[in-house]
Amino acid sequence: MSQQVIPQRIYILIFITLLLLTLVTVDVAFYDAGWLNLPLALTIATCKAVLVLLFFMHVRYSPRLTWVFVAAGFFWLLILLVFTLSDYLTRGGFTGEGF
Amino acid sequence: MSEHTATSRVAHHFEDAEQQFEASTLGMWAFLITEVMFFGGLFLGYIIYRAAYPEAFAEASLLLDYKLGAINTAVLIGSSLTMVLAVRAAQMGQRRGLVTFLLLTIVLGSVFLGNKVVEYSHKFHDHLVPGPNFGPETPLAHPQQAELFFSFYFGMTGLHAVHMIIGIVILAVFTVWAWRGRFTKDYFTPIDLIGLYWHFVDIVWIFLFPLLYLISRT
Repeated sequence: MSQQVIPQRIYILIFITLLLLTLVTVDVAFYDAGWLNLPLALTIATCKAVLVLLFFMHVRYSPRLTWVFVAAGFFWLLILLVFTLSDYLTRGGFTGEGF
Repeated sequence: MSEHTATSRVAHHFEDAEQQFEASTLGMWAFLITEVMFFGGLFLGYIIYRAAYPEAFAEASLLLDYKLGAINTAVLIGSSLTMVLAVRAAQMGQRRGLVTFLLLTIVLGSVFLGNKVVEYSHKFHDHLVPGPNFGPETPLAHPQQAELFFSFYFGMTGLHAVHMIIGIVILAVFTVWAWRGRFTKDYFTPIDLIGLYWHFVDIVWIFLFPLLYLISRT
């Protein structure tokens, strides 16, 4: 099998980074950043997800075709989220008290 | 590798073991993309209702035990580490290491589910489960909308837990196979694929944790 064997210390480094980011995300939640709280939490979560994807799931060392599959998957998820939200959020229905 | 040691493992429609392995990985990714869509719909529903009822969701979120949630996040990340080390052991053909890391992954996954049982039973005890008995002791400002939050909480974490249970069962089977020496340096595709699945389940939790437990703790 041609798959590269990645040094153990890289995995441990990613593991520690993920733990630190978990602490950061908990810490940030106790900090009142107004509307920025949600984007901050989602940015940290996305960073963690990308680390897991690239290293634990070996996407970084995978053939181009795998990259295309992964990218297409998340692109479609983005279509789902962005198109639906652009509809809901522009109808002026969100007053904080329901639709 | 055209002169393969694992000739018998290569199905006739593949050139070699490597092509077969890549095809399997790609198939797994196709499955995981359907899973992304599956959870994506739930996340979308959650986002829309949270945008509609921000105060109620923030209030209800405070009733979740964020410490237990954070511990579970760490446990799950730890299980991802042992999983990836299991794949690494498989790559190098280390049977003992493979079995050990698979067992550790099962243990950490079970710890996660055990914590989840504790959490769920607290929610039942505190009348926070959506349904006729919903109603915590300290009254909420928006009880009906908080109930909606808890519907999302149980729906999303429940579905996630089901994925974990399926993962643990499959891991247990593969551990037995690994123990019997079924996997070699040249053939460990099932280990690699369950690894992808396990990490995907980890990613789902990475998003669930801040969205459900940490809406506003200020």
